[in-house]
Amino acid sequence: MTAPGPRQTRSAAHEIERYAALFADRTKVMKSSAMRDLMALTAREDVISFSGGLPDTSTFPPGFFTELMSRVASESCAKALQYGPTEGLESVRERISDVMAAEGMDVDPDSILPTSGGQQAIDLVCKILLNPGDVVIAEAPTYPGAVPTFCSYEADVIQITMDRDGMKIDELETTLARLDSEGRRPKFIYTIPNFHNPAGVTLSLERRRELIRIAAERELLIFEDNPYGLLRYEGEPLPTLYSLDNDFVIYAGTFSKILSAGVRIGWLVAPPPVLAKLVLGKGSADLCSSSISQYFIAEYFASVAWQDYVRSLSELYRRRRDVMLDALAEHLPREATWTHPEGGLFVWATLPDYIDTTDLLARAIEERVAFVPGRAAYVDGRGGSSMRLNFSGVTEDEIREGIRRLGEVVREQVALYSTLSGEVSPRPAAASKRTSAAPASQAETSAAPPHAAPPGQRDNTNVLPLTRKRAG
Amino acid sequence: MNRVAVLKGGRSLERHVSLKSGARVEEALRRLGHEVLPIDVDIDLVSRLSAAAPEAAFVALHGRGGEDGTVQELLEALGIPYTGSRVSACIRASDKVLAKHAMRDAGIPTPDFFAFSETAFKGLGVAQAVPAITARLSFPLVVKPASQGSALGIKFASSPASVPGALLAAFSYDRKVLLERYVDGRELAISILEQNGEPAALPIVEAVPEQEDFYDFESRYEIGRTRFVCPAELDSELAARAAKVALDAFQLLGCSGFARVDLMLDTSDGELYVLEVNPIPGLTETSLLPQAADAAGIGFDRLIELILAAALPA
Repeated sequence: MTAPGPRQTRSAAHEIERYAALFADRTKVMKSSAMRDLMALTAREDVISFSGGLPDTSTFPPGFFTELMSRVASESCAKALQYGPTEGLESVRERISDVMAAEGMDVDPDSILPTSGGQQAIDLVCKILLNPGDVVIAEAPTYPGAVPTFCSYEADVIQITMDRDGMKIDELETTLARLDSEGRRPKFIYTIPNFHNPAGVTLSLERRRELIRIAAERELLIFEDNPYGLLRYEGEPLPTLYSLDNDFVIYAGTFSKILSAGVRIGWLVAPPPVLAKLVLGKGSADLCSSSISQYFIAEYFASVAWQDYVRSLSELYRRRRDVMLDALAEHLPREATWTHPEGGLFVWATLPDYIDTTDLLARAIEERVAFVPGRAAYVDGRGGSSMRLNFSGVTEDEIREGIRRLGEVVREQVALYSTLSGEVSPRPAAASKRTSAAPASQAETSAAPPHAAPPGQRDNTNVLPLTRKRAG
Repeated sequence: MNRVAVLKGGRSLERHVSLKSGARVEEALRRLGHEVLPIDVDIDLVSRLSAAAPEAAFVALHGRGGEDGTVQELLEALGIPYTGSRVSACIRASDKVLAKHAMRDAGIPTPDFFAFSETAFKGLGVAQAVPAITARLSFPLVVKPASQGSALGIKFASSPASVPGALLAAFSYDRKVLLERYVDGRELAISILEQNGEPAALPIVEAVPEQEDFYDFESRYEIGRTRFVCPAELDSELAARAAKVALDAFQLLGCSGFARVDLMLDTSDGELYVLEVNPIPGLTETSLLPQAADAAGIGFDRLIELILAAALPA
């Protein structure tokens, strides 16, 4: 234990001024402190939190972890404790190549760069491609963790609306044409084609082909982020963008969702000249990713049929997803819509636009349930009435109870709004009022009232908030 | 040397800031030679206080439970001397509606307002009076939760259509909200500090927004988004008038020890309006009270020493 040493009492005002003058311009683009303060409360023990993006690591057998790590210690002690090559261990690159092959991609291990998690993959791509003011195209909503990265490289992020088939290609083309006319060219198009975080939708095959066609025609780079592709719970896998055409695609993958987020190992695959720059970028960022983690991964893949574990995770998450979808159908009012993810970790729910989910989070925390307010997934202030719900890191019982609490808060808000807007006879809370006009084909469990159909599926064209123009 | 419990954290929405304030207070108290007992306030508060038997409690809590008289009431019951305002002043100051009524009655200028509870909307159909209310206050207007806190839940409404949504947001934080006339002007924060039993205004801090986020309260207190000028550039007559108004509000509400009074200076006519009185303002690196004290030549340690001294029995 070290006691805090005596620090000089410094002048508060001067301190602030001095630091304020030192901060780079890019730090001005920050998430609001209010949202940060709220998110800090979601970590409380009695709060059922759907706000994480967490895989359930409690499914990994501790004895097996011990076994693997002791093998690392006995067989590779000195190397595991040492720096490694920036390009990563060859054995790890080979295993990454295997994982990609499982998704139909044929990749030479030498064209793979292991990174410190998928997050570093995003950071490195931005680092080597973006000058301040450069245009990046992303989906609306986009991965909340990418927003601060894009912003810290001072990108001009333009977000393209999605529907249930993913990014709207017609809107993309209009946007590209507009940029053309302004003499601007996006540095890359960032997309999460499979089980989007946070939107929960998957880019259709037709749109994948169109996206590739557009990239080829316009010689644009696509940055395909695919953390969840192997976690599919229904339907047939679709080819990755990389497997459709690897000339224009930078591909990012990760072990976080199929093995461990704690090992902090992801990877990038890119055309050779881009890869060379990425290696330099990584060298300056952290020299190399953790050797201990890389040896652990090599041991893990040498010891088991890794796909069995992925299958068991998929089975677990599929059940949790189903419980969440059922619970949403039972507890959310008819005014709410949500997506039906075929895989991945997230459901994206959208409430009536008069509900600001950042404020709603304050009420929800009081009722001991939490989520990520939708605004975190936008750079332009949109998303105010949406929320991201994670189902992979929460037990089935917690999901049922958490969504029940959430539903109560939302129904209360819907009823209160009609009171506040002066409706003479406010509608009662809506769960019991759902019509039976919805398609009868929805799978229902005993938990759902017999007349209830998931409204998120009822309206197939409007699973995501409709396009609004970017704030000027 | 005293044994001082520092109460911080808790369950309010401002937990995060409170933990930072508390940590900084602890460091200062240690440097001053006190024995420090940090307590992250939770269900076991009474037993921890009873076990520790501190000679005083430094209340570094913000928001609900910590700033509204709740924890102060408990400290009174346990007979532990504590920093800052007494129970009744905390209740008056932390409820903007109570505070604004008191100020209006006493002739301390505060922007016109109307306040209603959720029950009033539900039971009396207050929504139908909203057009009359907005006609009296005129657009844009500000909608706030009554309980004082950070910028959370504070919304501008620029048209009739945006009023219900703004009310809904404010009701997410409190069962009572107020609609307030918007004062267009300069934002001033005046910290009050008691020395030897005499409260006095510290140099005025002005918050100058750097960017065009006029309608975004939440971003105002980010470094880089807002520039704080201390002492504010005001002519001496105006500065003296602002200090007097702030001190009047502090005394009217019965505050003690320290507090921060937030004012608006209407640039069109030079009028000052008190928005609120914060009984336990932030004590973090970027907080305004420490800045103001510093500008008056009172370093952070000395500030903490003075606040504690006001709490200890003479």
